[in-house]
Amino acid sequence: MDWGNIFGNAVGELISPTTAAYALAAIGLGIHFGYTGLLNFGQAAFLLIGAYGFAIPTLAGAPLVVAVLCAILCSVIFAFILGIPTLRLRADYLAIVTIAAAEVVRYVVTTTGLTDFTGAANGLSGFKGTFAAINPIPQGTYGFGPFTYSAYDWWVRIVGWVIVILASVLVFLLMRSPWGRVVKGIREDEDAVRSLGKNVYSYKMQSLVLGGVLGSVAGIIFILPRAVQPANYTTGLTFFIWTIMLLGGAATIFGPIIGSMIFWVVLSLTQGILYGAIESGAIGFLSTTQAGQVRFILVGVALMLLVIFRPQGIFGNKKELSFSV
Amino acid sequence: MLLAVVSLCLGIVLGSGALSTSATETPAPTPTPTSDFTNTLTINGVLRDGDNLVEGAEITVAGGSGFEETATTDDTGRWAVVVPEKGEYTVTLDPDTLPDGVELRDPDKATSTVAADEWLTNTLTRSFPLGADTRQTTGFFEQFLQRLAAGLNFGLLIALAAIGITLIFGTTGLNNFAHGEMVTFGAIVAWIFAVLLGLNIFIAMVIALVLGGVFGYLNDWLLWRPLRRKGVKLVQAMIVSIGLAIALRYFYLMNIGGDTKTMSVGLSDAVVLGPVRITTGSLLSMVISVVVLLLVGLFLTRTRIGKATRAVSDNPSLAAASGIDVDRIIRIVWVIAGALAALAGVMLALYRQVSWDMGFQVLLLMFAAVTLGGLGSAYGALVGSIVVGLFVELSTLFIPPDLKYAAALVVLIVVLLVRPQGILGRKERIG
Repeated sequence: MDWGNIFGNAVGELISPTTAAYALAAIGLGIHFGYTGLLNFGQAAFLLIGAYGFAIPTLAGAPLVVAVLCAILCSVIFAFILGIPTLRLRADYLAIVTIAAAEVVRYVVTTTGLTDFTGAANGLSGFKGTFAAINPIPQGTYGFGPFTYSAYDWWVRIVGWVIVILASVLVFLLMRSPWGRVVKGIREDEDAVRSLGKNVYSYKMQSLVLGGVLGSVAGIIFILPRAVQPANYTTGLTFFIWTIMLLGGAATIFGPIIGSMIFWVVLSLTQGILYGAIESGAIGFLSTTQAGQVRFILVGVALMLLVIFRPQGIFGNKKELSFSV
Repeated sequence: MLLAVVSLCLGIVLGSGALSTSATETPAPTPTPTSDFTNTLTINGVLRDGDNLVEGAEITVAGGSGFEETATTDDTGRWAVVVPEKGEYTVTLDPDTLPDGVELRDPDKATSTVAADEWLTNTLTRSFPLGADTRQTTGFFEQFLQRLAAGLNFGLLIALAAIGITLIFGTTGLNNFAHGEMVTFGAIVAWIFAVLLGLNIFIAMVIALVLGGVFGYLNDWLLWRPLRRKGVKLVQAMIVSIGLAIALRYFYLMNIGGDTKTMSVGLSDAVVLGPVRITTGSLLSMVISVVVLLLVGLFLTRTRIGKATRAVSDNPSLAAASGIDVDRIIRIVWVIAGALAALAGVMLALYRQVSWDMGFQVLLLMFAAVTLGGLGSAYGALVGSIVVGLFVELSTLFIPPDLKYAAALVVLIVVLLVRPQGILGRKERIG
């Protein structure tokens, strides 16, 4: 078993753009669920909208800034469409409606009728030009050991993680502000906040929009190293973002980032170790395909154990428990 | 620990399946967890001349990158070619290999092409019409009736599983996201017994029903009852059920593989009822669904336990105070829900095919049905299911079929906008 390679791959996941994208999506979901108490089970839809909202204008020839703004605008509109019928409903209705809306969006981009715009099941590719063009790093390969990447790969990583840090600072400042206190009050007791004369509906909507915008930016980071594939945006994606958020702690600043790092490093490690063990004949009853599936059984079990035994996550404060229902 | 026991029990049931199905040869999974990494790509079809299946005909699939493979139809007329990638292919039937007296309906149509963007699923079907054209062109009204029958069938099928969801929600407040996996469980059990072990489908159905009930009982005994004792909150429990669903789903995938399996148990003969053509399997599943739903209705309204169930649904503390053993009622509800979900799984397998994520695919439709009817109301679940079933099938008359599930989910969102408590729900249930 090549331990060097296995650990190298796992350590590489620490700063991979995918880890950054999941962390950012989890920060957005943290605003929804951790701070406001909204059960959003449609976070995958915000990533999808970010991805298509960025890729479609770029492929049509729009400059980078326009494409990013388009992605953000689309996610704001989607947040309103999602929020208007559902934010007055009880928490578990919201969960079902958001998950349904996310699937509707995925069916729509996958339908063959829209192949010219969305590429249907094949998705979209070839949209990296505008982002690569503003890369200040000269061509070449940089780094050391497991962190050796090309100029473009470094550019994606740097931009991705800078955005993640900026989003964390934004959330930190927001949650110390009066706005943050109202939102946390809604999570604890909606009626109490209402009795203070606050417009709960409006605050919930603002929270939904803010977290959704972060989700759509995460969607852009997610596609920069790969192509847009509609099959990536199933409810499975939402559940993984939930796992990451709950792992680190829902109402924490560093929780989503550390959660995402742990999630991807552990997935990479288990894959490497299982594959190595199968190839060296130490495990005879599994094929490599099955080994890939074992990891997701572990994710499911980890999610259950986490929610049962440590619902506040690694960094969370037991007093700031989000499970008020 | 709890899960280990659940998996063990499942392992015993699924064991035979694991042994007799070899894992499909697929490329190593990419690090993206949601990517589709179980893709054995197949082009297949059934060759028939009228009602006769054609054996021994040769079909060649050729691709751009030098790929070429020839398949011969077996005694059921089936042929299949596994292809390396989602690319473009030409599928050619060699007319010389057709039996004497059988000819292509249109001799120019011996070749059919597969375009790269057709690969929405991992399996594509190509057919070659043989003999004289015996089809009748159907008018809009006939199509409407045909869809109506299919929608009613699908709706009844959803209702079977959805009543379990609504009973569990009513008695415990839990939104069980692992309900789809209970449906898949029934389908896999029936497939193991009916196809792999060759038992009669009705015996397999009863076995699935019983094991489904046991599965529901184990769910409650090993997981949900300890969690209730621990005082786990409802949202927490809902996320636990999501974790359970993920774990079970990938456990199924690991054991039966990612390909779809046909339930060829000889129930696919067509019956003509007036303008509607329907398979005996569908007809049977409609009859069974109606009978079972009636029995559940009678159980809820006429028996002591059924009345106690409704009392617990209404107000658990009050029910407990009046001497009802709430824990026992919840246990019974889980057994019933498990059995009904498994039965729905068998029907779904007959209606379509068996695959590892079949239950998850209909889970949202079941939730839509339950929410439409009003969470916690058993009759609401029935009404909501039929609305969803009809909508899914009838919508294909107007919109592309690949959007039919989306249409049903849009209806859910719109109904919640107008009537948040659902069709038969009570106002107090919205917050």
